[in-house]
Amino acid sequence: MTGGGEPAALLIDFGSTYTKLRAVGLETGTILGAGQGPSTVATDVNRGLDAALKDLEAHLGGLPEFRHRLASSSAAGGLRMVTVGLVRELTAEAARRAALGAGAKLVGTFAYRLTRADLAEIEALAPDILLLAGGTDGGNAEVVLHNARVLAGAAVDGPVIYTGNRAAADEAADVLRSGGESVVVTENVMPEFNVLNIEPARAAIRGVFIDRIVHAKGIDRAAGRFDAVMMPTPAAVLEGARLLAQGTATQPGLGELLVVDIGGATTDVHSIAGGEPSREGVILHGLPEPFAKRTVEGDLGMRHNARAIIDLAGATAVAADAGLDEARVGALLDAIAADVERLPETPDEHAFDRALARAAVRHAVARHAGTVKVVQTVTGPATLQEGKDLGRVETVIGTGGALAHGQDPAGVLAAALADPADTGSLRPKRPRLLIDREYLLYAVGLLAEPAPDAALKLGLAHLSDVTPQTTGEAAHERAIHVG
Amino acid sequence: MTKAQATPGYDRSAKTLVTGVIGADTHIVGNRILSMALEKEGFKIVTLGALTPADEFVKAAIETAADGIMVSSLYGQGELDCRGFRDLCVEAGLEDILIYVGGNLVVGRQDWADVERRFLDMGFDRAFPPGTRTDDVVRALDADFAERERRSAKAS
Repeated sequence: MTGGGEPAALLIDFGSTYTKLRAVGLETGTILGAGQGPSTVATDVNRGLDAALKDLEAHLGGLPEFRHRLASSSAAGGLRMVTVGLVRELTAEAARRAALGAGAKLVGTFAYRLTRADLAEIEALAPDILLLAGGTDGGNAEVVLHNARVLAGAAVDGPVIYTGNRAAADEAADVLRSGGESVVVTENVMPEFNVLNIEPARAAIRGVFIDRIVHAKGIDRAAGRFDAVMMPTPAAVLEGARLLAQGTATQPGLGELLVVDIGGATTDVHSIAGGEPSREGVILHGLPEPFAKRTVEGDLGMRHNARAIIDLAGATAVAADAGLDEARVGALLDAIAADVERLPETPDEHAFDRALARAAVRHAVARHAGTVKVVQTVTGPATLQEGKDLGRVETVIGTGGALAHGQDPAGVLAAALADPADTGSLRPKRPRLLIDREYLLYAVGLLAEPAPDAALKLGLAHLSDVTPQTTGEAAHERAIHVG
Repeated sequence: MTKAQATPGYDRSAKTLVTGVIGADTHIVGNRILSMALEKEGFKIVTLGALTPADEFVKAAIETAADGIMVSSLYGQGELDCRGFRDLCVEAGLEDILIYVGGNLVVGRQDWADVERRFLDMGFDRAFPPGTRTDDVVRALDADFAERERRSAKAS
């Protein structure tokens, strides 16, 4: 033990490949050291944790006194969830947003009355948690009760979180329990028409995650070694983004922001923004948006879904963006399909990865951002907005391998910005571009609750500004300033 | 003008009504006045506002288990926008929902009885001409809901 130094926090991520540790100084908000061990989620998590601690100790020459030990997990493909609602655009959509905001991996969404075929599909999906919504409070009870009866017989291990019509909660819970399901009842995700109330459902999901999933994945074998707080890694990223945007009681944050996380299988987008119309007279339409919103694009990933990106963006466009011919793009795509662990080495491979990442970012942010359209009425044109207007967002943060290790992070992140040729898509107009090169956002999110000031310092100190200069000088990295 | 009855013979607070302006129509004021008046009389109101497509009325009515839908149209295109509205409700399992329509439903000077007939033929329970007072609407709702309660009491 070194002792005597500044108090520290230990951050643990139980991943599906590695057990990663970081020791963070609570006064300076700096990384004291990092350690890594294998993922031993399949056997005994303690072994991976021991190996990682030994690694950390070797780096630090001794372990500091840890005041907090905080853990997140992205292991075993994450928290698999299925959501069920009534109308697809209303309670089914609200349930979907709650699940995504809780950091879940959404494997299926269902609306209206569940059929036998739906039930078979849900059983095959084997979710860790089922989220059951439907009806506003005092509204439709019949469909959510029907769905509770169908789910009561489901051969699914995970519990059901009931977040539907309050008036039907007791009956639905009884029906589900008599079918042998374990049930958690929480507030309605849509208590009134078009009123979104996802925080209670998110809290319930997190509670179930700690109680059951941590146990199912064997992480509780190491439970005595970290504090009870534990989050799915994507939920920690969203909390980290929220802290960076809003700041703490003593330090201002960065203001409204967007986070783009390009992974091998998916691209996640988080926005911490109100998204109100930026012009007067614009009419808002559709379900209100959560202030802290996460979307996951399951078809946009740099490795497992490289082909899907090409299918969506078009091989010609991607080839042109990469400065390669289409045959070469096809060959590079085949090489990735044959080896998803492959990292770019040659100039061609780097150019191809850059173009893939740009296409993934463009489509992921376009789907996350709101849209406007002009409707002609007899009194003249009217502008309708659906979703968030992110035009005034001041900061876009990029993370994930393609941004952290790529050669042109600014060029990739610029694909998130508004396109003058597509004014219907409400993407950020003139934000600064920051890179989270060390993938620290999850750590910021874990620390946000017990040590917000240290967490904010940690986040701000490790974001590098890659905003291109308007004078035309080459992008260079600068420390960022807040104020 | 007669005041709406204070005791309508059924529980207004148990009735949910969806209100909105249908189609590419931005005239929200009359609809807002109607919504506020109905709320004041005790009904539970779900307001969709201007520029509401027909299917959104129906979706809102499903989630809230609404008892009635009040469609406003003030720009003369109501006949086009409202075509098939009852069918949409029936499709969605809302066979018996009460549907009213009101406003400047058609262009030009047309005989109201004729206009009303066309909207009733489309499956609306009632149609209201320009200048209708909110009290008239409340009285119509009271009569229709009370009638429905009597019918369902008789049937059971």
